[in-house]
Amino acid sequence: MKQTKQLFAGLILMALGLGTAQADYTLNLMKGVTKVSNDIYDLHMLILWICVIIGVGVFGVMFYSIYHHRKSKGHKAAQFHENTTVEIIWTIIPTLILIGMAIPATKTMIELDNVQESDMTIQVTGKQWYWDYKYLNTDIHFESHLDEASEKVHRTVGADPRSVPNYLLSVDRPLVIPVNKKVRFVLTSADVIHSWWVPDLGWKKDANPGFINEAWTSVEKAGTYRGQCTELCGRDHGFMPIVVIAMEQPEYDAWVVKTLEQQKQKPDLSDQSRGQLMAHGESVYLKNCVGCHQINGAGVPGLIPALTGSAIATGKWEGLDGFLRAGTAKMPSFSKLDAKEFAELMTYVRNNLGNKVGDELQPKQTALPEDDD
Amino acid sequence: MSAVVAEHDEHHADDHHGPAKGLLRWIITTNHKDIGTLYLLFALAMFFVGGSMAMVIRAELFEPGLQFVDPAFFNSMTTMHALVMVFGAVMPAFVGLANWQIPLMIGAADMALPRMNNMSFWMLVAGVLLLASTLFMEGGAPNGGWTLYPPLVLQPITVGKALPFAVFSVHLLGISSIMGAINIIATIFNMRAPAMKLMDMPLFVWTWLITAFLLIAVMPVFAGAVTMLLTDKFFHTSFFNAAGGGDPVLYEHIFWFFGHPEVYIMILPTFGVASTIIPVFARKPLFGYASMVWATGAIAFLSFIVWAHHMFTVGMPLAGELYFMYATMLIAVPTGVKVFNWTATMWKGAMSFETPMLFCIAFVVLFTMGGFTGLMMAIAPVDFQYHDTYFIVAHFHYTLVPASIFILMAAGYFWLPKWTGHMYNEKIGQLHFWLSAISVNILFFPQHFLGLAGMPRRIPDYAVQFADWNMISSIGGFIFGASQLLFLYIVIDTIKGGTGEKVTDEVWEDASKHSLEWTLPSPVPYHTWTTPPAMVPTEHVLDTH
Ligand code: HEC
Ligand code: HEM
Ligand SMILES: [Cu+2]
Ligand SMILES: [Cu+2]
Repeated sequence: MKQTKQLFAGLILMALGLGTAQADYTLNLMKGVTKVSNDIYDLHMLILWICVIIGVGVFGVMFYSIYHHRKSKGHKAAQFHENTTVEIIWTIIPTLILIGMAIPATKTMIELDNVQESDMTIQVTGKQWYWDYKYLNTDIHFESHLDEASEKVHRTVGADPRSVPNYLLSVDRPLVIPVNKKVRFVLTSADVIHSWWVPDLGWKKDANPGFINEAWTSVEKAGTYRGQCTELCGRDHGFMPIVVIAMEQPEYDAWVVKTLEQQKQKPDLSDQSRGQLMAHGESVYLKNCVGCHQINGAGVPGLIPALTGSAIATGKWEGLDGFLRAGTAKMPSFSKLDAKEFAELMTYVRNNLGNKVGDELQPKQTALPEDDD
Repeated sequence: MSAVVAEHDEHHADDHHGPAKGLLRWIITTNHKDIGTLYLLFALAMFFVGGSMAMVIRAELFEPGLQFVDPAFFNSMTTMHALVMVFGAVMPAFVGLANWQIPLMIGAADMALPRMNNMSFWMLVAGVLLLASTLFMEGGAPNGGWTLYPPLVLQPITVGKALPFAVFSVHLLGISSIMGAINIIATIFNMRAPAMKLMDMPLFVWTWLITAFLLIAVMPVFAGAVTMLLTDKFFHTSFFNAAGGGDPVLYEHIFWFFGHPEVYIMILPTFGVASTIIPVFARKPLFGYASMVWATGAIAFLSFIVWAHHMFTVGMPLAGELYFMYATMLIAVPTGVKVFNWTATMWKGAMSFETPMLFCIAFVVLFTMGGFTGLMMAIAPVDFQYHDTYFIVAHFHYTLVPASIFILMAAGYFWLPKWTGHMYNEKIGQLHFWLSAISVNILFFPQHFLGLAGMPRRIPDYAVQFADWNMISSIGGFIFGASQLLFLYIVIDTIKGGTGEKVTDEVWEDASKHSLEWTLPSPVPYHTWTTPPAMVPTEHVLDTH
């Protein structure tokens, strides 16, 4: 019922044909939370209204003519067929309008381009299929993956996306920035082209492998802002969202301190029950492997091997461990995972996804020599 | 189709002979009408193939969540849908129209290079079949988008065995297009009736002449780009690989140097058909013939110098961004001139609204909407928001579906009676029009909202706030798809005899004042203009006389 009502309302709005107002239906561009995004919004509205006015004029004349100058009404066709003055007028006037439009557009473009005098710099690296954030000149460095709830639902036929808050638009670790500071971004990619877009910041910028792009923002209002990768980057292109939290300075400072502390902490190498290993292992798998090997470990025929029944996955655990740390030409290395995650992941891979090795790996076993204290 | 065969050829020549018998006729034919028919029927078939893929896409997007297809297959569908529609449906359909109409309109007995004509058709078929065969290969069809950006299309975990086949298919399609273009240029320059000066040519002929030059200029560029992909993948070159000193953005520049003129290849002949049909039903000469010709030339020229407006977010220097913004905005001027001229042609006419005219009017209105969004996207800073969202999808579909496709429909309704000698069923035609015109807006208009609200393109699943508009769009899509079956029915029905009403030579009131083909008998005999006409109609070009 609600659905039909909404559909109906939607159709009426469409009949009105104006892409403005009506926040509930988000018909229009968002104003965003930076000066630039507001300037962009203003430009958007300006050009939209110019188009609407020209449209009303042209279509008005056309429909008047369609209504009055029809044969069935006995209208006799005039035979005029050219008028140089008219042609010149309708060449010059649009040109003038365009010049008028180009001036504010140029100003905004220059503003967008100016990355000088920033207060801090964050390196954004696009990877299949998550973002990697590094706060330059600090030790803060983390990955930002699609949240687990969305991850499970979007991979399950018939699961209900409405049961997940911010479905496909939330991440495990959001990017945090202070408000009213000029934050400069340097963007690049580790594999294919991605594009980093948060509509509320007003822009998107491509992350090109081997090259670095620059952009900046200065958020005026604390809050949580969501976006997505916008350049097709493979099968999970739709599943690498971006979440930016803008905090007041004191809160932000506290976040920095907390994050640095967390990063210094050594992984907890104490033994876990089998249930714990499997549950944590699933999380590690969902974050790191599921995009390629799929939720059931079946892989993708012709492209990615199955883990179900894989000799490497179910052979000696040391072999699997070495394989994951080394990576191959086609599969990235996972040496970034710590001993705890390795133990959990391998236990999961060997005893789920259709595999039944029956063993159980503890973090102490998988720890590399330098991980021990 | 045997109805096309001449029974009463007024222009008999001594060596008059009909077509070969049986199926062989269609394989070995060098007759421009037969080849035109082959192109048109092939394009129609591909329109349904590409359309079915679109239905798969809209079905998956009907609701958020995963319902029918795997994301990689979804990406294959978007990629193949675009490639099939562009290279299998729209471009061949216009070549088909050119084959049928250009000789008839300029008083030529056939195309200048009839054997090459046959060859270019069959290479097209080979190219499209090769492309389609990748659907059945290990790892699936190409799924990196029709733009085929590296490094994605080169990635072993993304595209399986399909890449070399897709590349070779592009080569075949490119050669076919170039041969078609050469043929059209040669025909127009060499085979016109002596009485027809360049500035007497119908606009359809003019726009195709200019399009043919665009084709010759940019198809080799595309072929070069994909060949570089091939050598990067198999022969260890590094054109687009940063680790080897290359640059993936270079590919984007090369692709769009082809890609932007390519979109005009699909729209310029459309302009030509609209400028041909509207005056007939407005019963008034085309307004501003000369300015139409100049505007077409201006658009074609500008189309070479605006390519990077597809790449505003790629990270160009400020000066580059500004230049491409200004140049792109300029395109709106000649495009506007065209729209104003069509409107002025209707003004104070004596209009009637048969199906071809209805499609033309819808074209003018809806193409203009696509032009408006194009102008909006030309504003580079605002394109930082629009780019790669559903707003773009809405823009180019407005310029392609209710523009190029609608005009192809209009052309079908307009010329089928001439070609077959049978009248189509006007009632069903009108029904087809209204269903198409309404559903196409239900399909694409909401996509503007989706894009502005932040929905990226090329995604198989989306956040729930996008659900309502996606559902509406899908419903529009299904209605639009189903409505096209009516067109298929009408085409078959008309070929078979239509309403049974015998059409006159003119078919449409006073059409013979506008263009030469209407002075020939209906159906058009198998061989026409074996002696060129002594006089050419000048209704459409009064201002140059
Ligand atoms: C980017 C896609 C990708 C990701 C992410 C990925 N893999 Fe792989 N994986 C591959 C590919 C491709 C191969 C085949 C490697 C080759 O032949 O070089 C492979 C091979 C394997 C194999 C060997 C299979 C066999 O029997 O040949 C195992 C085991 C494996 N991966 C486990 C994992 C685990 C565990 C993770 C998560 C930590 C993971 N992979 C993440 C793509 C991926
Ligand atoms: C007034 C004229 C036009 C202008 C100013 C214009 C402008 C643009 C711009 C700026 C883009 C890039 C947007 C982006 O990706 O961010 C674009 C995309 C596109 N346009 Fe147009 N356009 C015009 C007419 C046309 C016509 C006539 C066609 C085709 C018949 C067309 C087809 C396309 C296509 C297919 C794309 C998207 C390609 C892709 O990314 O896959 N446009 N246009
Ligand atoms: Cu991405
Ligand atoms: Cu373009």
